[in-house]
Amino acid sequence: MGKVLMKGNEAIAEAAVRAGCLNYFAYPITPQSEIAEYLSRRLPEVGGVFLQGESEVAVGYMIFGASGCGQRVFTSTSSPGFSLMSEAVSYITGAECPAVFVNIVRGGPGLGGILPSQADYFQAVKGGGHGDYHLLVMAPDGVQEAVEMMMMAFPLAEKYRNPVLILGDGLIGQMMEPVEFPENLRSEPTNKDDWASNGMATRNSDTPNLVKSLFLDPRALNDHNLKLKAKYERMMREDLRYEAYNADTDYQALIVSFGTMSRVCRTAIDALKRQGIEVGMIRPQTLFPFPEKAIHEAAIRPSCKVVLSIELNMGQMLEDVQRAVLGERPVHWHGNAGGDIPSPEDIMDLVKSFL
Amino acid sequence: MQREVMFAGFGGQGILLSGKILAEAAMAEGLEVAWIPSYGPEMRGGTAYCLVAISDQPIGSPIVRTPSHLVAMNRPSLVKFAPTIKPGGVIVINSSIIDIGSNRSDVDELRVPVTDIAKELGNVRAANIVALSAFVARSRIVGLETFKNTVDVEFAKKPDLRSINLAAVEAGISAALKDR
Amino acid sequence: MAKTFQKPESLTDRYMHYCPGCTHGVIHRLVAEAIDELGIRKRTVGIAPVGCAVMVYDYIACDFQEAAHGRAPAMATGIKRVRPDLIVFTYQGDGDLASIGMGEIVHAANRGEKFTTIFVNNAIYGMTGGQMAPTTMPGQKTTTSPMGRNVDEVGMPIRIAELLSSLVTPGYITRQTVIRPKYILKAKEAIKRAFAYQVEGKCFSLVEVVSTCPTNWGMTPVEAVDWAEKTMLPYYRLGDFKTPE
Repeated sequence: MGKVLMKGNEAIAEAAVRAGCLNYFAYPITPQSEIAEYLSRRLPEVGGVFLQGESEVAVGYMIFGASGCGQRVFTSTSSPGFSLMSEAVSYITGAECPAVFVNIVRGGPGLGGILPSQADYFQAVKGGGHGDYHLLVMAPDGVQEAVEMMMMAFPLAEKYRNPVLILGDGLIGQMMEPVEFPENLRSEPTNKDDWASNGMATRNSDTPNLVKSLFLDPRALNDHNLKLKAKYERMMREDLRYEAYNADTDYQALIVSFGTMSRVCRTAIDALKRQGIEVGMIRPQTLFPFPEKAIHEAAIRPSCKVVLSIELNMGQMLEDVQRAVLGERPVHWHGNAGGDIPSPEDIMDLVKSFL
Repeated sequence: MQREVMFAGFGGQGILLSGKILAEAAMAEGLEVAWIPSYGPEMRGGTAYCLVAISDQPIGSPIVRTPSHLVAMNRPSLVKFAPTIKPGGVIVINSSIIDIGSNRSDVDELRVPVTDIAKELGNVRAANIVALSAFVARSRIVGLETFKNTVDVEFAKKPDLRSINLAAVEAGISAALKDR
Repeated sequence: MAKTFQKPESLTDRYMHYCPGCTHGVIHRLVAEAIDELGIRKRTVGIAPVGCAVMVYDYIACDFQEAAHGRAPAMATGIKRVRPDLIVFTYQGDGDLASIGMGEIVHAANRGEKFTTIFVNNAIYGMTGGQMAPTTMPGQKTTTSPMGRNVDEVGMPIRIAELLSSLVTPGYITRQTVIRPKYILKAKEAIKRAFAYQVEGKCFSLVEVVSTCPTNWGMTPVEAVDWAEKTMLPYYRLGDFKTPE
């Protein structure tokens, strides 16, 4: 099948269907409501389940219920909605259920605005709700990558029995780009009989399964948290993803940027190259696990004088970049939190100001 | 090389569709494209606009403050975007309802009464296609044959609108060429 | 000799942790009997609440999921929508269902989700230590209404059965009690009927069960029964409020 021109939100929705996820619960919120609108038409065609819940709070638990009984399921929302879902996300993580969440981030705090933003970085990568947990977080830089990450998200969620979060922004959601849906990313749901509450008859068993997050015994709770921790360490070993751009040159500055913002940086890097200035970039594709080792190694390249964390917020990823660089180079933040995305020219001027 | 076209007008003037058709046509020519709409509360009845980026390379930043070209369907759009257009760009002005010019001497300004032309053809809603066709004919940003074919495919799903929009294509093209 | 009375298969052998005089044990048994009699245990998934009955999964022998406070109806919705062949029930207290989870229960009932809710109304928060519930009676003393529930400040107790029966969507909404043996048989009948409607794919069902909490009411079990009968039953009228027929 050739490429088709699709809006990011609709492509994300279609990618879920192609990935074999036929269950979707959601509550409308700008700038991602097209996902729900698309699936309200599409899922009935394929015998799937579409339900508009009464709130993001309820939707979070519809996802929990559906996931806990062993079915592939996902939802999509935008920042304020993800805050409301965060309670459920904590429970889902605690109960070790696989589920996929899409957050098409908008500016904040509070109602903020609806333009592209990366203001939910901390919420995405540091857990977000109560308790000690992480999500596997992937951040696409365009519609095609959003499709691919969406299709990868379901088997990854099942591999870890942990929620996967796709972190986009209004530009990724609203933009149309040519996309294709890679056949090799189609996957079959794994067998969940050993843990899911899918009915004893379904798995031909006499022993009930229990999906829960309550561990009143202190040792059991600590062991449970150690088990979760081991998962996050395994994510780092096995499912870390990043792109190194122009990183085999003797660059003078290293940019760390993801998603929409990284596209602007890429254009700036190309333009600077034509002016004889080399700039490298590490683009985290997974925000958790975070490519800290790659950033460290790229930062300490002898030619590199400065590291720039460029993001659509007030400097959140900056803290992880600093942690990766470990003081070996100065690290500076540049960004905007209002939705006015810095232009390639802004980035070029910024880089030059440090050289 | 990357070029960007800004389409702007009232909500309901078919702005987003114009952009989509252009993006489809560029895709059909093997070019890279990105289509970026305005979205949110401003789309309810107010000004609508979308930006189409077209390039022979993968598109890096789709965010541009100075687009290459403009198709302005109403006066507020022209006032807002005309000063931002790169020198040498094409600015199509819907002269049926815009009585001012771009006030630029370094662009190729094309005034076409697209609303009146569409009315004469029998459906005012085809005005966007008249404007888009005039723009394509003037800028040659994509080939005319590819473009015509794309419009045909777009309206193949809506047979009642197909002939009028194909007529709108011809009217737009001849208006652009006549003006020159 | 044939056995005439035995423990339901759907009840585990686990020793229940409930206080003396608490009615959860009776209600658990009625649910287990209904599941047995309908032969649905192996396709049943229960949703455990937050509250005294959080460990209901230790006592009823079917699959379970454990909800957050108030969210059981949303979880049941999730399960029932993706696996309509499963029998799903929520077991919720008054803080859970009538306070923090009011939104979830109203919308699940209004969508006509085809699951069964057992709603245990004992007019108080039990597990957290006797705080005021939306169902606490006027003047009733709790740890957060030490002078008694002041209805001028916090309104009258919420009557869930009446409230939900105002929804236009068909459903089975009933209020029962288990405080004396004479009520228990009727309660059993209602619970079984609520599950049977689900087996038939008919409608949403909710059985409100007026219950006691001697520990947090500060009464002996016998005093608690008397108080519930005199104070609660006149306000929380027993009977069917809505049937799908």
